[in-house]
This record gives sequence, C-alpha cells and structure tokens, in this order.
Amino acid sequence: MTYLLRRLAVFPLVLIGVSIVVFVAIRMVPGDAITAMLGTEAGLLTPAQREALAAYFGIDQPWFVQYGRWLAGLLHGNLGISSTYGKPVLEIILERFPLTLELALLSMIIALVVGVPAGVFAATHNEKLSDLGVRVAAMIGQSTPNFVLALLIIYTLSAGFGVLPAMGEFSPLWRDPLRNLGQLILPAITLGCAFAASVTRISRSAMLDVLSDDYVRTARSKGVSARGVIWRHALPNALIPVVTLSGIEFGYLLGGAVIVEQIYALPGLGRLVLDAILQRDYALVQGAVLFIAFNFMIVNLLVDLAYVALDPRIRLGEQ
Amino acid sequence: MVQQLTRKLLSGMALPAVALAAVLGIVSVPIQANAATLHMAWSQDATGLDPHKQTAFSSLRLLELIYEPLVRVDASLQIVPAIATSWQFSADGKELTLKLDPKAKFQNGATVTSADVKASFERILDEKTGAAARANFLSIASIDTPDPATVVFHLSQPDVPILTAMSDVNAAIVPASEIAAGSVGTKAIGSGPFKLDKWDPNAKEVLSANKDWTGGATGVDGIEISVLPDETAILAALRTKQIDFALLNDPLVATLVPKEASLQLNRVPVLAYHVLQLNPSRKPMTELKVRQAISCAIDRQEVLDTASLGEGKVTGPLTIPAMATDPSQLFCYKRDIEKAKQLMSEAGYADGFSATVIGATGEPPTAAAEAQVIQSQLAEIGVKLDIKMMELNVYVDAWLKGDFDMAVALNGGRADPYTMYNRYWTKTGNLQKVANYIDDTLDRQMQQGRAETDPARRKAIFADFEKHLAEVSPWIWLYTSYSYTAQQKNVSGFVPTPTGTLFSLSKVTIQQ
Repeated sequence: MTYLLRRLAVFPLVLIGVSIVVFVAIRMVPGDAITAMLGTEAGLLTPAQREALAAYFGIDQPWFVQYGRWLAGLLHGNLGISSTYGKPVLEIILERFPLTLELALLSMIIALVVGVPAGVFAATHNEKLSDLGVRVAAMIGQSTPNFVLALLIIYTLSAGFGVLPAMGEFSPLWRDPLRNLGQLILPAITLGCAFAASVTRISRSAMLDVLSDDYVRTARSKGVSARGVIWRHALPNALIPVVTLSGIEFGYLLGGAVIVEQIYALPGLGRLVLDAILQRDYALVQGAVLFIAFNFMIVNLLVDLAYVALDPRIRLGEQ
Repeated sequence: MVQQLTRKLLSGMALPAVALAAVLGIVSVPIQANAATLHMAWSQDATGLDPHKQTAFSSLRLLELIYEPLVRVDASLQIVPAIATSWQFSADGKELTLKLDPKAKFQNGATVTSADVKASFERILDEKTGAAARANFLSIASIDTPDPATVVFHLSQPDVPILTAMSDVNAAIVPASEIAAGSVGTKAIGSGPFKLDKWDPNAKEVLSANKDWTGGATGVDGIEISVLPDETAILAALRTKQIDFALLNDPLVATLVPKEASLQLNRVPVLAYHVLQLNPSRKPMTELKVRQAISCAIDRQEVLDTASLGEGKVTGPLTIPAMATDPSQLFCYKRDIEKAKQLMSEAGYADGFSATVIGATGEPPTAAAEAQVIQSQLAEIGVKLDIKMMELNVYVDAWLKGDFDMAVALNGGRADPYTMYNRYWTKTGNLQKVANYIDDTLDRQMQQGRAETDPARRKAIFADFEKHLAEVSPWIWLYTSYSYTAQQKNVSGFVPTPTGTLFSLSKVTIQQ
C-alpha cells in the first residue's frame, strides 16, 4: 500500500515535467497556428492582421504566460479549447480514447493468444525444425513494418476479393458491435502481428530458461506430466518478462498507433495527436500528450502489481 | 507465371476470406451506392469554416459547396454569374457595379442583399479579420448600396483583375447578421448548393441539399465526405464501392484508377505550377548568368516524366491557357548544357558551387522526386545540391522568411495573371521577401496589365511579362500537373476545372 501511494504521489511531478517538455518542444518547432491555417498565404498578412490572428489563437503572449494560463486551467480540470475543433480538449480526447483502448486491447489479445502458445511450442521443441519455423515466422512478423502489412491487407482484400471494412465513420462498440469489430479487426491484426512476434520470442527464451531450472527437474522426477510441468509450473514463472513486454507495448498502443490509424482512417488518439501537431493546435497536443503519459504511468503501475500476483516472492518496494 | 500463381492463390483464398469477412462483419458484398447521397472521400480535411480565413486547398473545396462569391469562373476560366447576375466597369475602370440575383437566399432563409455584400467586403478589408485575400481588394475605396440588389465598388485606381479575385470563395458573401454576431466560422451559413449538417474535423462532413439554392435543384440529396488520409485506402474504398467519388492528389495512385473497369478518372490541367524557386538575394544566384545557367541545365520534361510519371505539361510562368505563351518560345526551355556551362564560366563559377534545396514532405507528393531529378541535372554543370525535406509548416516558415537557397514548390495559380503574380513580381508585392527579385520592367508590365481593359492588349502585355520573367530566371518554372478526381461510372455530371473546384458536384447525379 505504501508502495502504491508513493508511486501515485510521483504522478503529478512526472505529468508537470511532461507538460513543460511538450509545451516548449511544440513551440520550438518552426511555424505556428497561423501558418498551419493559411500556408504560404500567411505571407499576405499585414502585421496588424497577424497580431489579430495570434490573439485569436492565443499565441500572442510570451510562452511562460501561455503556460501559466494553461496550468491554471489544468488545475481546474480544464485542458483548454481546441482551435481546430472549437471544443474542450478533454471532450475530444474522451471521444477518441475508446477506439484507441479497444484497438490496444484487441491487439494485445491477438498477440498473447498467438504469441504465448507459439513461444511455449518453440521452447518445448527447441532446436527442431518446428522451432526454427516459429523463430523465422516471429522474425518476419517483427521486421515487417506496420504500414507494409496494412497496405498489403487492404490491397489484397479490395483488389483480390472486393471486400473492405467500412472506412470513414467509426462505429463505437456500444452502438453497433458487429460493425465495430469489422472496423477494428484488421488494424488489430496489423498491430498484433509484430506484437505477437515479440511475445513469441520472449516467451520462448523465458520458457527455455525456466525449463532448465532445478524445480522443473524436481517436478518431472516427481512424475508430473509434461503438460503439467509446462503449463502449471514453468509458464507462470516465464510470464514475468512477457508481462513486462506486454505492459510496455500496451502503454505505447494507448498513445495511439499513428500509422495504422492513418491507413485504416480510424479516428483514434494517434491520428488526433498527429493532426493536432500538423495544425499546430497547441492545446490539443498538450492535452493529448498529457493524457497519454498518464495512461502510460497507470499501465506501468499495473504491470508492477501484476508481478506480485504472478510471483508471490516479489514484494514491491522492498530492498 | 507469377501472375498466374498469384491469381490461383487469390482465387483459392477467395471463399474462406469472404466467409471470414462475413463472420467478422466486414463488408462482404459490394454495396450499391445510395442514389440520394453521394459518398465521397478525400485525404485532407478542411481546417476551418470561415471562408474569409481559410486558404488551404481542402478547406476551399468544402467551402465552395456551402458559400457563394459574387461571380464564379467556369471550366474555361470565363467569369460567370453566381450571386451577381451582371456586372459593369465604368469607362475609367474605377467603378464596378454589380446587380444581385433577387432570388438568392442564405441557408437561414434570409435574402442576400447588397448590405450583406458590403458587410462581407468590409470584413475582408478589416485587418482584425486576418483575411489573406484582403491583399486583392486594397483598391476598394468605398462601397455603395443604392438598393438591396445593387452594389457599387469605388476603386482608388483601375483594377480589372478585381473581378477575378471576387470569384474566389475567400471573397464569399456571408450574412451581415452573422458578421455582427461574430459567428462566421462557427456556423457555416452561405447561399451555396449545400448546407453543412455535420463536421467532425479530420473524420467526416455531412452536407444536405439547399432547397432554396438559386442555382436550381441539386442532383443528389446530400454529400457525405469521409477523410481517408491514405490515398491507397481511398482507391480501395472506390474498388469496393464504399464511395462514389474521390479527390486524389498523388499521381501514383491516380494512374491506377483507369485499370479498374468500374471506375473513371477525371483529370484536368490546373493553374497551380511546380517550380524551382531560386533565391536571387543569395550568392551566386544574385548573378543573372548563374540563374540562366540553371534554367538551361534543367530538362523540365525529364523532371515531369520522372517525378510525376509524365502527368502534366511543361509550363512557363503563365498557366492560364488563354494567356500562356508556347513554352518552346521562352528562354532556354530546350535543355542546353553547353550554354549552361558557358554561362557558369562567364559568371565566374566554372567549377560550380554548393547550395541547399528545400522541399515539403508530401506537399506535393512529387516534391522529393523533383528535388532528386534537379539535383542530378544540376550536377552536370557542377552545382552540388543538398536536399532538405521538411514538414509542411517548417517549410512554410522557412519559405515565408525567404530562408533558402532554392526551394521546390507547388504554387497556386489564379485565373488572372495579375492576381496570380502581383504578390511576387511587383515592387509592393506582399511576397517580395520570398521572391527576392524585382526589376522596373516586371513592375511596369504588372501595373499596365492591371489597368488595361482591352483583352488583346492585356494579353500582349502579359506575354512580354512572361518572356521577361523566363529570361531573368528568378525561378525556374517546371510544369503544371493535373487535378484528379475518381468516380464510379454510374456517377455523371461532374465537370473538372483548372481551378480544381468541386462546385459542379451540385449537378452530379447517381444512376442506380
């Protein structure tokens, strides 16, 4: 409990650090909301016109004044108003987040359902042809870029079979579950492939380590069946690195899978942040990145707690 | 052999894939387009709804369906009526009178009157608005509204191109009441063929037909526009009949459309031009002979063929068909390496020089390829180019500051040469800092062209202007590309135009 409270107490400090870095970084990039809106036509503006637009976008004050205002808003639960959407930033983020969460969960399920059994299979068939096959498949899965796989899937389905998930308008899970699944399954497979490949490789190596441990040998000498040794004794201990990897990957996915969302036209967090950066929608960039950082910290905390559940010998916070 | 194998594999996979698709809720059977609604896609969405502030191509394409200017340009770039049914310049060219269509109505039911026109132009001219098009209307001294259907613009000097500038949606007429309420940009109320029912930025727009539109009934009841950022996905959506119509930018994707039996590609040369901008304020581009050598060393057709698959036409500075000179008549439009080397030698740069060329990643999609071809061509006269590709906003920032040696750019064109180039090639041009070159001849020719009302004399003035500009070579004009739209073959009535407008979607119909 003390460990949990200590971790939670650090959250605000990390978030403030993240907010400062994002605030300064986005303003250091050349171009602003005016050039994002007008492009090269911004050159036709008179100084007075430029000042009027800067005031409209809230970028007419020094950056520290802007940051102070933003921080004051944040303390009141107000992340600001998006200049692109004309809506509160938090409202936009919460509209986009369910898609990103669902996509991350689906990808993780695909990765674990495929990756863990494949890793266990490869470890128990170590150095055999089937092990080699799994390792090669994992290598290919890990080294194929998301966008290549996504475009390949779209091309094959549309040109080969004349089918494609409905793109453009996203159907939330609670409104039309079947259409929702149809829209998300291909992006989830695209993301899940590389994720599954990583899980396969790490499961395999963790299982190989565990299978050579003394307690496994003892279990075998006690007459525990091969299946029982693998699934009851070895796998739980081999899962710790898998949980670590899955936690990190899941945290990344909660930040949005920019390229996959872009190709499949999914309005998730990743695309939201990308569009916000391109349009120099500062309030939206700051709010979204802060939200992503918060999610990442929560996931890390949950991963740490999962260690304890998986291995009772681990006591968090103890030296 | 490979094709046969692929076909066999695909046909073998078809049944299980369709079954899987059906199980997973993926669209398994091609859906017939709904005749009442045109389903459309583009890769870039509008960035705002204020017609006086938005200049992005994607924004203009949406706003042209909602708002109307006083006049329009048609497919042959002739001025045709929009809200104004007729117009007349006074003999001295300093007064422009327009008669408004008394039937024209805003989407809130109010009649469009001369007071709305006056309020709209005053808003554009007000510096607080931040309207980029203000620069085109600075000659307006005052506006009179003798009756609700007549508006008179009093100009401080003869300004023939102002009528063309008025055809732009950046000069759209908005209700005076919305201006007073400060709601232009938050509510989209125009007098155009469609009403905006829903806008989910970067995702979707839903438009419905404006039954009060003075242009008559629209061909479809509405338009649903999906934003699909990847154009390969747009092509896939066309193949599977999810969409009826699409706007495409990438020639690599557009050229795949004709291979699909059910699809039709519309392409038309546009006014925008691809150009290599030199910076004549930086050495050695300060030297006329160096700029001319670069012009002579570039094979424009090869740039077009390699970077854009030959999809376009080599151009001189003027891209308006009625005004343009045959490029072969312009200075060094036939590649001449020997002449280029001689010019470099005469300028004292026989051994060449190093420079950096900037470009925006993906804007246009051909930018990087253009820079690479130019890099290899200029290497033949000893010019070592370093290519620096940037995110669009970073590029725009550097471009506006004139902070580059050379830049590959796709610059917008206009239906009138003065409106198109006064920003660069006049002494008071707003973008002189970008062009970094002006001489008395260019400035004089532009002023003459602005005041001249006789079409034949005007054409002769701009022909001289174009010839001189190509000779002094501050920029190397390369080619004009095509504007692409793709559609199902059961869609009819769309008329592509050199301005790239999608306005004719108002008369598009879908056959079942």
